[in-house]
Amino acid sequence: MKKLLGASIPLLAALVAFFFGAIMLVALGASPWEGLTSLASGAFGSGDRIAATLVKATPLILVGAGISIAFRTSVVNIGGEGQIVAGALLSTMVALAIPDVPRILLVPIVMVAGLVGGAIAGAIPGALKAYASVNEILSTIMLNIIMLQFMNFLLRGPLIDPLEVEAGTRIPQTARLSDNAALPTLVSGSRLHLGVVIALLAAVAAWAMLWRTPLGFRLRAVGHSPAAARSAGIKVERHITYALAISGSLGGLAGAILVFGSESQRMVTDGSTAGFTGSAGFNGIVTALFGGLHPLWTIPSAVLFGGLLTGATNLQRALQVPAALAVALNGIVVIFVVSSNRVRSRLEELLQARSEFKNSSGGDGPSADVDSLIEEVEHA
Amino acid sequence: MSDFFTVSVLVSVFASGIRLATPYLLASLGETIGQRSGVLNLGVDGIMLLAAFGAYYTALKTDNLWLAVLVALLVGLMVGVVYGLITVSLHAAQGISGIGIFLFGLGFSDLLFQVWVGTPLPVPHKLPKLSIPGLGSIPNIGEALFQHNLMTYGAFMLVPAVMFLLQKTTFGMNVRAVGENPQAADSLGVSVGRTRFMAILLGSSAAGLAGAALVLQGGIFQANLTNGLGFIAIAIVYFGAWRPLGAMAGSLLYGMVNATVVQLKVQGTIPRSASDLASMAPAVITILALVFLAGRVKAPAALTKPFARH
Repeated sequence: MKKLLGASIPLLAALVAFFFGAIMLVALGASPWEGLTSLASGAFGSGDRIAATLVKATPLILVGAGISIAFRTSVVNIGGEGQIVAGALLSTMVALAIPDVPRILLVPIVMVAGLVGGAIAGAIPGALKAYASVNEILSTIMLNIIMLQFMNFLLRGPLIDPLEVEAGTRIPQTARLSDNAALPTLVSGSRLHLGVVIALLAAVAAWAMLWRTPLGFRLRAVGHSPAAARSAGIKVERHITYALAISGSLGGLAGAILVFGSESQRMVTDGSTAGFTGSAGFNGIVTALFGGLHPLWTIPSAVLFGGLLTGATNLQRALQVPAALAVALNGIVVIFVVSSNRVRSRLEELLQARSEFKNSSGGDGPSADVDSLIEEVEHA
Repeated sequence: MSDFFTVSVLVSVFASGIRLATPYLLASLGETIGQRSGVLNLGVDGIMLLAAFGAYYTALKTDNLWLAVLVALLVGLMVGVVYGLITVSLHAAQGISGIGIFLFGLGFSDLLFQVWVGTPLPVPHKLPKLSIPGLGSIPNIGEALFQHNLMTYGAFMLVPAVMFLLQKTTFGMNVRAVGENPQAADSLGVSVGRTRFMAILLGSSAAGLAGAALVLQGGIFQANLTNGLGFIAIAIVYFGAWRPLGAMAGSLLYGMVNATVVQLKVQGTIPRSASDLASMAPAVITILALVFLAGRVKAPAALTKPFARH
């Protein structure tokens, strides 16, 4: 029963979000039914649409899985945006430096560069939290701002396409990157590329790491009770750093996939982080919460939110409703998921299903007590 | 660099530093009250965006700045009610709820802007400068300190007001009590929920005013206008050691850093490409300050902990 309630929260959250979405559509003078159908057909209406949705879901899966790992270790990672940018920048620089390496090697190399870039951007706030007691919520947000300015600096200066300088247009973007680094497409003529598969594998790896390896056990032990973990001989500080580094590395991988899965095959900035990341660093938080902070459940959750994002661009085209609607709805989903704790505990009392509490094997189904997990994290 | 250190440049940098400090100060003063009651509101940036749009749209349509500020205040208050219901009444985790508020504000303000305004137009009138009679005409000092807009004067006058509120009033004592030890406060008959709710309302109203100050000083709205300003305001509360005077010092620091960066860019002292690096300064300073102050200042003991009677 407990599990059933736990699984019903995301569904309820989706319903509430749709309800608010419908209200907003009416307020904007559009028919909610037309809105919903245009959203759905935009997201899943054709092969191309499904491919676009899966491509949009890719960074969400990665960031979401990473955020799940951080949360399970009692660390809040709001730095997805900066970690994506860090991974993208490092992998771009690697591709610019060694463009002639054969594709079979260069693709894995740039992906690893993405992982490393993100890991560095994650390890900094991780180490600051572990060894200098700096609140990681604030430091990850500050790193988002720092990475944005760093990206703008590099793309307007040292990494700018020489052709842009020659032409005097100075559009802040890199030169076209080596074709040897491009992620191969899975279906010819489609935008669906290998990045989707990499993200799925990474989510499975994140799950296996958390629940099937000694490292994962130690991370979760730290997340559950740092004091108990310490007395069991676990190096708490080091594992907090690991958690944010691993979490960040998945964001960095997402950044590399964004660059090398893009049609333009270059890194471009419009001056904002969201212009490059599509806000995947923040939307990944929504995805992770919606998936019960479980790397595997993050996958369907990411497909849903990826669909919302691609559907929203269709909504903009068909009904002139700005795609920013999707961002607002994401906020509502977060608020609903985290505030459902009290509502749910009331329901539980009614159902007297308190007996089988504390059974969080994590192997099956989203964790039934996401909110209590979040609370534990924030009070740690 | 030589022509930065002239009296007229320094005076104008100082003056714009104080002006730019205004939104930081309003937001961090409000957040100080909230955090002293044990509530971390991470949604400040979202509230500022919503309120800034409200103020912008009102100013655009009515050209009435008083009304614009009032709308921003009410928007802040409304979001505060929602945030209070979520975190106080429903005991939700504060940090992530705040991120929800932030995302909602980010998306919704952009949505309304695109639907109702579309192309970015400046407001007919920005906040006017008001020279204080006598003081305003002192050479240099007058220009730096006494030729500002009403919101700037108001923000700085709020500093002693919030100090008085927290230290000398019953409400302020209750705020500090529920932030340090809610169980004890509760057993003495202080309503933890009501006190925190009030603190949240004050804080988010102040965030609303911060949004108004930001947009009415600049004169124009755009998506993500705040660019993380609300989050920096939260950091200012931390390294202001949860005190109004600390919040003022931190806000002035950010105002001055921003004004200096802008001036150096305008002068061309730093090359165009390096100005992006210079724009990192506020965030870098924040992290360094947090490292330096961690363990040296003590947070309210019950910060981020929802309270429920057992």
